[in-house]
This record gives sequence, C-alpha cells and structure tokens, in this order.
Amino acid sequence: MTTEATADTKPGSGTADGGSAFLAKTLDGLGKLLGDDLAATIEFRGETSVSVASPRVRVALAWLKDHGFDYLIDITTVDHQGEALRFEVVYELYSLAEHIHLRIKTRIAEEPGEVPTVSDLWPTANWHEREAWDMMGVRFKDHPDLRRILMWEGYPFHPLRKEFPLAGQPSEMPDVAFTGVAPLEGGPFVTHSGAADTVAREPRAKGES
Amino acid sequence: MVTPVNDPPQQVAYDSKVEGNIIITRVDAAINWMRKNSLWPMPMGLACCAIELMATGASRFDISRFGAEVMRFSPRQSDVMIVAGTVTYKMALAVKRIYDQMPEPKWVIAMGACASSGGMYRSYAVLQGIDRLLPVDVYVSGCPPRPEALLEGLMKLQRKVEGESSLLAQKKQMVDSLA
Repeated sequence: MTTEATADTKPGSGTADGGSAFLAKTLDGLGKLLGDDLAATIEFRGETSVSVASPRVRVALAWLKDHGFDYLIDITTVDHQGEALRFEVVYELYSLAEHIHLRIKTRIAEEPGEVPTVSDLWPTANWHEREAWDMMGVRFKDHPDLRRILMWEGYPFHPLRKEFPLAGQPSEMPDVAFTGVAPLEGGPFVTHSGAADTVAREPRAKGES
Repeated sequence: MVTPVNDPPQQVAYDSKVEGNIIITRVDAAINWMRKNSLWPMPMGLACCAIELMATGASRFDISRFGAEVMRFSPRQSDVMIVAGTVTYKMALAVKRIYDQMPEPKWVIAMGACASSGGMYRSYAVLQGIDRLLPVDVYVSGCPPRPEALLEGLMKLQRKVEGESSLLAQKKQMVDSLA
C-alpha cells in the first residue's frame, strides 16, 4: 500500500494535489481577465491548453507570468493550411514553484500574420520568435531584432510551411548562399514509410546492401 | 681487363666520400614522395565526422604514421582539405572560400556520407555532397567512418599523389603562362 499515489497526483508535482487547485485558480483568474477572448480550455491526458484570441494573447501571457507561470519553455507554430486562421502560435509555460505546465494557443490569419512579441517579458522569447519567423513566417510585432535565425537574411522561403516541399526550393544569393533541390526518390538514406516491413522501410542504398 | 679506377665521373658515386649517400630517381618521383608523406590536412570539421577525425589524429590511430598529423587551421599552410561532416547551404560557400585559399597543389577528402552525398539529410538545408562545389579526390564511406576508414582514404590519396606527374604539370603551366 502506497500513500503517495492518489488519483490526481502527477509525478514531480510540487504540491500534494499535483497543482490542480493552483491551476484551477489560475484558469479562473484568466477567464475573469479575458472574458470572451478566452475561447476554450482543453484538458487532455493531464495537459491543459488554453485558446486565446490573438489581440489579447500578450495580456494573458503577462498576467500568467505574474501569477506563477514564470518560465517560458518554448514558442512553436502550427500551419493549418487552407483555413482562414492559418497559423497557430503555441506558448509552452511552466510554473517553477508548482511544477505544472500550461499551454497557450492563439490563431492568426496569414495576413498580416502578426502577434505581439513577448520578448520583453521573457528574454528567451527573442530567439524563439526569430525561429518562428524564420521557419514559418509569423511576424512578432515590436520584436527588437526580428531577423532570421537559421537561414540567412534574404532567403526567400519559410521552410516549415506546408506548401514548402521537403526536398527544398532552389534559390541564389550571390556571395552569400544558394540552395538546391535534394533528390528524394530512390536515393540512399531515404526511408520508405509505406513499405511492408522494417527491412524495406529502412533507409539504405537499394540494390547494394 | 681494364679497371677504370681513376676515371673521374665514376668516382662521384663509387669509391668516394659520398658513396652510399646518392639515390638516383626521377624528379617527379622525388617530389611526389615528399608530397605524399607530408600531406598537411585542413580539418574542415562540420559535424560528428570531426570527432572521428580527432580520434584519427590521436595516439591510438596516430595519423602521423602517414605524415599527416600537422593539422593546419590556416588554409594557406594546408595540402589536403578533409571535409568531415554535413555541409549546410549556409556553410557551403565558406567551405569553398577556404578551399580557394589553399595553395596548389591541393586535394580534398570527402569524409563520410554527408560530405560525399548529403547523407541522410535529404532536405532544403543541406548541400547534397561537397563535390558539387569542390573537386573531390577521395570519398570515404561511413556514418561516421571509423578512423581506419579515414586512414585507408588517406593511403588511397597517397597512392594518387604518387602517380601524379607533378613536374610535368608545373612545366606545362609555365609554358602556357609564357605563351
């Protein structure tokens, strides 16, 4: 008989109830702050995600930072190609005191494709936002230094968008860099995801091994 | 029977103070012998292959047995560029520039799958083989290759250097430049 494993205790929780009371209190406060701009709260397998209307996302994040969720783990983006609100910006928050996670999501249209920066709240957001801009083409309003971070300035594409092919697109910037198209079909080191068994799926030079 | 003991030309090699210290060979062979046994590498370490390159230089595998232990971090002093790792498009022109700064004669070893063909990185960000930019002399397979494989590649390169007509090539260049 163990006394520690109660139903709502998560591993690594800072408090006896796994932070659920703290989380409920935070969500309650966030709902009062945002009103109708808090679109939805989804709980799935112990992970809580909150959807916020994009004009208020900075307000929500600033409030959360002051109310326990002091650590910004990551900022990512999702491309919902074909939908009116094409891009989704996802903020992964963490409470260092309560040991719980909270995910904030917001949807924006392709044009203007802009959300307010949080790099003044969390310095780490500076590079996360630059990466989101580089890879997905989401702009961050009032970012102090919104340059590309992985590709070079002047590279014409945003490679993680759905319409960008895995093999790449040719581009040319004299004396800076160029890109080509990588051959995918039939080459070595290309996995075959539809193949019947693991041997056939394995990346290898066909006919040579 | 006449023994030309006092014939001056033969005394140079035989029965003289320099006896045993003279080797007769072609100039090409002598130059190639010197070149192949002092191939100073430009370690173009870009990814995990560079770790194996370091192991090749360390005591267990000891690349100095082949005269190639002098890793030069200046291209001006290098003979062979060992491209060890994934060449991204962002890095590609920098590699080319460093190669251009190496003085002739110069050689290139593409070490590992990525440098040879892009390897597993079939993507928008990776150059599909350094041979799209530089003339590669030896490709070493492996991901990453073991140090023995790199040494085998180096020995292959030595054999290649051995067969070059270095002086003739220089002479031709000189004649062409005068014409």
